[in-house]
Amino acid sequence: MNKNKGLDHDEKLLFEVGDINRTGVDLDDPENLTHMLGDSFCDSEIGLAGLSEPETVRHYVRLSRKNYSIDAGLYPLGSCTMKHNPRLNEKMARLEGFSQIHPLQPISSCQGALELIDLISVWLKELTGMAAVTMTPKAGAQGELCGMMAIKQALSDKGESHRKIVLVPDSAHGTNPATAAFLGFEVRTIKSNNMGLIDFDDFKENINENFAGVMITNPNTCGLFESDIVRISDLTHKSGGYLYCDGANFNAVVGKLKPGDLGIDAMHINLHKTFSTPHGGGGPGSGPVVFSKRLEKFCPTPLVRNYKGEYSLIENLNDKELVNSFGRLNVFHGQMGMFVRAMSYMLSHGADGLRQVSEDAVLNANYLRVSLSNHLTPAFEGYCMHEILFSDDFLKETGVETLDFAKAMIDEGYHPMTIYFPLVVHGALLVEPTETESKQSLDHFILTLRDLVDRLKGDSDSFKAAPVFTPIRRLDETQAARKPILRWKEEPLVAV
Amino acid sequence: MRYLPLTNEDRAEMRDVIGISNINQLFANVPETVSLDPNFNIPTHKTEMEVERVLSKIADKNINSNKVPFFLGAGAYKHHIPATVDHMIQRSEFLTSYTPYQPEISQGTLQYLFEFQTQVSLITGMDVSNASMYDGSTSTAEAVSMAKRITKRNKVILSPTLHPQYAEVINTLISSDEDYVDYEFSEKFDISSLISKIDEGVSCVVIQNPDFFGSCHSLDQLAEYIHSKGALLIVVINEVISLGMMKSPGSMGADIVACEGQSLGNPLNFGGPFIGLMSTKNKYVRQLPGRIVGETNDVNGEKGFVLTLATREQHIRREKATSNICTNSGLCSLAFTIHLCLLGEKGFKKLSKLNHEAAIKFYKKFDDMEGFEVKNKSFFNEFTVALPIDASTFVEKMAKRGVLAGVPVSRLSNQGDNFSNLLLVASSEINSDSDREDFIKLAKEICYE
Repeated sequence: MNKNKGLDHDEKLLFEVGDINRTGVDLDDPENLTHMLGDSFCDSEIGLAGLSEPETVRHYVRLSRKNYSIDAGLYPLGSCTMKHNPRLNEKMARLEGFSQIHPLQPISSCQGALELIDLISVWLKELTGMAAVTMTPKAGAQGELCGMMAIKQALSDKGESHRKIVLVPDSAHGTNPATAAFLGFEVRTIKSNNMGLIDFDDFKENINENFAGVMITNPNTCGLFESDIVRISDLTHKSGGYLYCDGANFNAVVGKLKPGDLGIDAMHINLHKTFSTPHGGGGPGSGPVVFSKRLEKFCPTPLVRNYKGEYSLIENLNDKELVNSFGRLNVFHGQMGMFVRAMSYMLSHGADGLRQVSEDAVLNANYLRVSLSNHLTPAFEGYCMHEILFSDDFLKETGVETLDFAKAMIDEGYHPMTIYFPLVVHGALLVEPTETESKQSLDHFILTLRDLVDRLKGDSDSFKAAPVFTPIRRLDETQAARKPILRWKEEPLVAV
Repeated sequence: MRYLPLTNEDRAEMRDVIGISNINQLFANVPETVSLDPNFNIPTHKTEMEVERVLSKIADKNINSNKVPFFLGAGAYKHHIPATVDHMIQRSEFLTSYTPYQPEISQGTLQYLFEFQTQVSLITGMDVSNASMYDGSTSTAEAVSMAKRITKRNKVILSPTLHPQYAEVINTLISSDEDYVDYEFSEKFDISSLISKIDEGVSCVVIQNPDFFGSCHSLDQLAEYIHSKGALLIVVINEVISLGMMKSPGSMGADIVACEGQSLGNPLNFGGPFIGLMSTKNKYVRQLPGRIVGETNDVNGEKGFVLTLATREQHIRREKATSNICTNSGLCSLAFTIHLCLLGEKGFKKLSKLNHEAAIKFYKKFDDMEGFEVKNKSFFNEFTVALPIDASTFVEKMAKRGVLAGVPVSRLSNQGDNFSNLLLVASSEINSDSDREDFIKLAKEICYE
């Protein structure tokens, strides 16, 4: 049966359209030499479906059209910084001198690669006002792990491994407590106050002789700058702990202030957020970590060194520069392809452009806040930073829930904002427009949301039914988890 | 600035709407002791053309593998990638979308990940796979963590022929006081000595195949012994192309498989971004880390896909999650799955064979090379050669004369002298007869000049 709907084609699974006899690659014929695999040789059928080139192109083009993307529209996911991804970055990352080099080439043959790593390191240190940086973490979560491992190592170095308690605000990303717990720290949650900020008194009360440190996102996930951050860092240091900063929201302050001035000890930077490397449907990311002087020597391997324009790579854990290193986070030297893209972005903006980035990001968010505050319910009073958090108060007694509201936005042509996060606000809706939206785009978004809110009374059914203009309607996630089908399998033949 | 749509008139108008006269009023929460708009010692903005010039100049300082005979491997392999792959992954809808948390407008990503999971399960011979990890090394470390969770034991045995940097990653990440990781890097893979280490305290045994030195191993008997002690077998694959003609880990009894998937669809990129594969048996699926896509139905009964089993993950479980991982290698897994779709069963097996034969042809060249000795009895597309001179010196000299010759084992072993003359050389479909002849001719000159 034809299930196509105009431009939206029903596209079967690769394993349903392809088969094991088709291929889209012409290769030379092997010479059938006697193999040298010992007793590991195997020639049995694997079951891989193949397609010719035109069929392959059609399969993936059709699939692509079932995706929303930043290139197609506003993508207001809070704390995700879905900004425009310049195509120049893609072009630069594909220069053969970057993309076609091996991580273990002789050092003399990859001086440019090391120079690029050194260059981006210098920029990140300058932009954050921090003493050191490691480029190796592969994503934000691994950056967090990296920062917390340095803290763990520093504590152990001082003979203070008994310090096991890590404080994490209730508004934090889930990766924060997961990271601390993975490292054997004991996670204690600290409360937010009614302003959406860390409750300083609660923070203070939780400090004791086993205090290892605190993980703070700043600006936090309520879209607010932690105004007590300097008091918190002072008290943290006075109490023998370390301050880890989750840099997911760096876009709000890049080029505007130096996080190092806030007294932080480590912070990861998501190159795929602040510095526009594409999100790619969920990766690859890149999460370099900047360190204070106090943590510098605990950096993971490898390190790039620049001696009068000659670059070297310190990668051997026995090297004297690495004696205090906590070790190695992954094979090779980090996400080179992402470094090039981020560097291309940073060079394009320069110091002046990056300052404009954060100012426009914050301006856009506040413009939305003011323009929507009579329709949605801002969770907290006052100005926000680069993102604005709403609670679901405006949905009260409508029968519509945050999820329904989000799904209705899809029918209006928008990707929903982040929903149900942070956990400190009931039915949270977290909106981050980024600086790459025009005023016209924001105005259209505002009108759409106001219209939706006006429709809440009397038309709740349409919210419950949404989305309807999508390739597929609401999916049964409970069924997916209860009876997991995680791969294609040939249907058993039905006996006639 | 070309990436910023707001004009100064827009900004003024918006400030009026907000009710501020100066943008810094929005930064009022920043403590007074912290300066706004400090001096940044970096240049100002550049045009597109200027950026291209700066970066091209840096890129040109590297010897790029497209231009010279090339024989490096050790966990990163050079293969020809069909043009379709890079074209498709640059479709806006793939490149600039987020994690598919809103399934109704993310079926493109979700469906290709479901197909990817099927492909990974098939080539590794396992029941299920996740939607990818950062790279082979973190995939391996996550596999070890997973084995610890399943067996509730803390001893980990690493094969002596596991990639040394993979072992370093495991040592770094599996480092609590209760953990014990057994690893002594050596070119000797000896099943009986491995068996002697396995007792009831062991959670898993980690075997790379083909191993770091290129040798291939049949693991059926070892798997049986490991299981008899209640431990798990983790098989690590650095070169996934090998799975086109070698016994799959699943068929030999592996419990968890961790691979570097870069060889399919992804260029060398100086080591990243790469793509970790991870697959396991059905019974362990709820212990898998990372994102997983599952099939379900919508309200009309139509088939669709969603991220599933999220109760394992950090955004739901927080400190009780199976892992802190959040990202996968989305776009790299797309490149992987498109390349494998183009190859299909026939192409994958043929490519595998071409790689093996390229290595056999290279191997034969060493037959009459005095002072050079190939150490392997078996190999897929990579083997180890003992050189008459120090391997690090050798590769530097070869590079200066236009051949990227291989990876000195001592660069990775961290114990220089023991391995100083060992060189790992990889071959693939990209290598021509003249590449091999260039290598041999130059190698003789360099070692005996």
